[in-house]
Amino acid sequence: MFEIRIHGRGGQGVVTGAELLSVAAFDEGKHAQAFPSFGSERMGAPVVSFCRIDDEEIRLREPILEPDALIIQDPTLLNSVDVFSGLKPDGYIVINSHRSFEELGIADYVAKFPPHHVGAFGATELAMRHVGRPVPNAALLGGLAAITGVLSFESVELAINHKFPPKIAKANIAAAADAYELAKAA
Amino acid sequence: MIKQIEGSQAVAEAVALCRPQVVCAYPITPQTHIVEGVGALVKSGQLENCEFINVESEFAALSVGIGASAAGARVYTATASQGLLFMAEAVYNAAGLGLPIVMTIGNRAIGAPINIWNDHSDSMSMKDAGWIQLHAETNQEAADLHIQAFKLAEMISCPVMVCMDGFILTHAYERVDIPTQEQVDAFLPPFEPVQELDPDNHYSIGAMVGPDAFMEVRYLAHHKQMEALERIPPLAAEFAEVFGREAGGLVRPYRTEDADTIIVAMGSINGTVKDVVDAKREAGMAIGSVGICSFRPFPLDALRDAIGDAKRIVCLEKSLAPGLGGMLASNVRMALRSNPLPVYTVICGLGGRVITRKSLSGLFDKAAGDSLDDVTFLDLNWDVVHQQLERARDHRQSGPIAESLLKDLNPGLVRRAS
Amino acid sequence: MTEESALQRVKFYQTGTFTVGNRLLDEAKRSVQASMERSNAITSGHRACQGCGEALGARYALDAAMRASGGDMVAVNATGCLEVFTTPYPETSWQLPWLHSLFGNAPAVAAGVAAGLRRRGRGDIKVVAQGGDGGTVDIGFGCLSGMFERNDDVLYICYDNEAYMNTGVQRSSATPPAARTATTPAVGDAPGNVFGTGKNLPRIAMAHNIPYVATASVADLHDLETKVTKAMGISGARYIHVMVPCPLGWGSNSADTIKIARLAVESGLFPLFEAEHGDVTLVKRIRRRVPVEAYLKLQKRFAHLFREGAEDTERVGAIQRMADANIARYGLLPEGEAA
Repeated sequence: MFEIRIHGRGGQGVVTGAELLSVAAFDEGKHAQAFPSFGSERMGAPVVSFCRIDDEEIRLREPILEPDALIIQDPTLLNSVDVFSGLKPDGYIVINSHRSFEELGIADYVAKFPPHHVGAFGATELAMRHVGRPVPNAALLGGLAAITGVLSFESVELAINHKFPPKIAKANIAAAADAYELAKAA
Repeated sequence: MIKQIEGSQAVAEAVALCRPQVVCAYPITPQTHIVEGVGALVKSGQLENCEFINVESEFAALSVGIGASAAGARVYTATASQGLLFMAEAVYNAAGLGLPIVMTIGNRAIGAPINIWNDHSDSMSMKDAGWIQLHAETNQEAADLHIQAFKLAEMISCPVMVCMDGFILTHAYERVDIPTQEQVDAFLPPFEPVQELDPDNHYSIGAMVGPDAFMEVRYLAHHKQMEALERIPPLAAEFAEVFGREAGGLVRPYRTEDADTIIVAMGSINGTVKDVVDAKREAGMAIGSVGICSFRPFPLDALRDAIGDAKRIVCLEKSLAPGLGGMLASNVRMALRSNPLPVYTVICGLGGRVITRKSLSGLFDKAAGDSLDDVTFLDLNWDVVHQQLERARDHRQSGPIAESLLKDLNPGLVRRAS
Repeated sequence: MTEESALQRVKFYQTGTFTVGNRLLDEAKRSVQASMERSNAITSGHRACQGCGEALGARYALDAAMRASGGDMVAVNATGCLEVFTTPYPETSWQLPWLHSLFGNAPAVAAGVAAGLRRRGRGDIKVVAQGGDGGTVDIGFGCLSGMFERNDDVLYICYDNEAYMNTGVQRSSATPPAARTATTPAVGDAPGNVFGTGKNLPRIAMAHNIPYVATASVADLHDLETKVTKAMGISGARYIHVMVPCPLGWGSNSADTIKIARLAVESGLFPLFEAEHGDVTLVKRIRRRVPVEAYLKLQKRFAHLFREGAEDTERVGAIQRMADANIARYGLLPEGEAA
């Protein structure tokens, strides 16, 4: 089982991100379970969502306490939420920031992970460029696919196409593709 | 068609396949996505010959349902938590009038303190209202139970609640096989009311009944539930035949063979329980579980058979009967009255408190050693409780408990105005 | 029934009573109640008190509705006297399909019946919901407002006897000021119900901009029947508020029910009018104005206002001012008579 936890803020598509991941996994013939952190959070409040991916039926209903991968949609959460809680020692981290880990103040922490398991890139900027709105979730999924290899980019693309109307889907796929390339190149 | 889909949407699609004619609901978290989904199917014309009525309260929602059902239409509604309490009077009334309405409950806690998260306090509060209560373990089963529910309700003229855990199921995306219209039509015939409001054959429905006949009417309501007990297993078997998968039934035993310890629970928690049972079995513990699908009628015989020669029962309960403990355990003891085993009550998951494999694992160890208390509160923060109790000992305090507790949990947040 | 006869432009008054004598009218213009073919929607043998205004009002209204719909109708009833006295198990007085669910949900149930019938291809069947003032202005008010707001295809009729009579005469928000009820006893400095409270449901109904609102009285059969008939011919939410004296709760003689209902109208305390889409379209002018005392003195619930040697002229005056305000607001005085 591969478990992904997404941290972000209300309005950033955190729940949609998990849903897209689960659909991408489903498209690959896997079992997947996506669910939000179940709150009445408003725009801007810290939000968490979860996605489990497995080859077998997933019966477990607890939140993801020890994730294999983390997506951090908003780096300002680093100061207010224990986003790294329970992350496995060989886990993956994808952060939405064009700043370096040093600038984010997590260089020491990140150094504990294999170098190709962590990536930071400006997904919001990519979203602004392609989608025209600060919704970094699709781009980050591209980054996650590149770094973890748990999903193919084609599945992510399929899931985005499935979720959004053609025009919006196309823009999000472009953002995801850029992120995918950036992460692969890093 | 197998889809990766949100639980609420899956239920909405399954309900639409049942061709309801009147759908009436009032929004309450976490039920909203279900009725939004059905509403969209009505508005887009995908669900034909159906009216979706937006009303001003849950009380009105079920009341509209009562009227429409009495007029002979197939009726669906959904609610949760406070909404179920607000419609309570109509809940009893629909059952008393024998109207085969199907209602989804997106199980949620009841306040105060207000809480939007999952537990079973809401449906439990209506356990004796005369409705059949079915609990879904997965979103697949939630969808499937609705198809069975309409058939069962109309078979015996009794309303049915399909309970699914709020958020945990309603908001979870997982794979669900949505049946075809042909399959559902083959399983569920059109509704033919026993009695309806017809000018050519007029009845007075809902007349006052005095002491001379009230007992008999109530007995017949009980009899109806007992009849449902007979009808549910063949209905589940027929469903399996048409749809090619298991869903519903009275109880669902899991690895109960030679089990000394049996966990009894309702709803989605059974998934986590099965994972823990597997781990314990691997470690050599003789443990199994039984999921209760039909809570009303309560399957005394089926449960007793499933329990077999076990030495102890642990009831995981997502609701609390203050002053007693757990209602599920009380019901389970009734099933075991000729074979009195220890039945431990474990109150867990109230108001969305996370139930982890780790906690359950420790709990099952304790149970296997018979070192559980009669009533256990899983993962209770005793520090906070003791502080509050101590404070209350020092000086008598009336007033809200939650705000008092908050002071201990987060002293910075609560300041006295003075 | 033509509008002409109901508005009583045909002036065949019998001396003293101001009622239209059926015998003097064309057969086609006679009241539904005068017809051998009337449906007796609530048939004899029910358990209402002698002189019950509600039993009378409901029979008048439903027989007219049955005639208007050709018998294709359903009645939904709120809990209350009407429901209890017509259906002592295992008997029923209703000669039409009838459904009772709860005290506070008749408007919603009726909306559901209408929807259910439509979906079953019987949209031609009309739905009438009915309740007393408690079920309408108090406990059923939320559902009623919802029914109005959605413009559900239901005619709702309120039989207003100004208190909870079924439970033993307790105050409702339709109870008039100074009236004695079990919960506004005639004791203390200001005996009876307080002034300045209560709600005017016909006007609240009008504020929902529904197609039709009317007030009616059991004292004016033709007017009541015409309004019901008119309402039955309209689609959408309709509301008729009928004043029905209650001998038990009001402390009046059973034989005086019609007389008291008429005095309520003639004093101006209960104005008769029609409104369409929020505007008053027609009022029934008073024929011979009477002071409110004439109405109040026939009822023991107001007896404390007229104690010998201690008449409460101040509060009787206040009630008179309420009647005067109605007369001014609706223009109720006979033509040519100044206020």
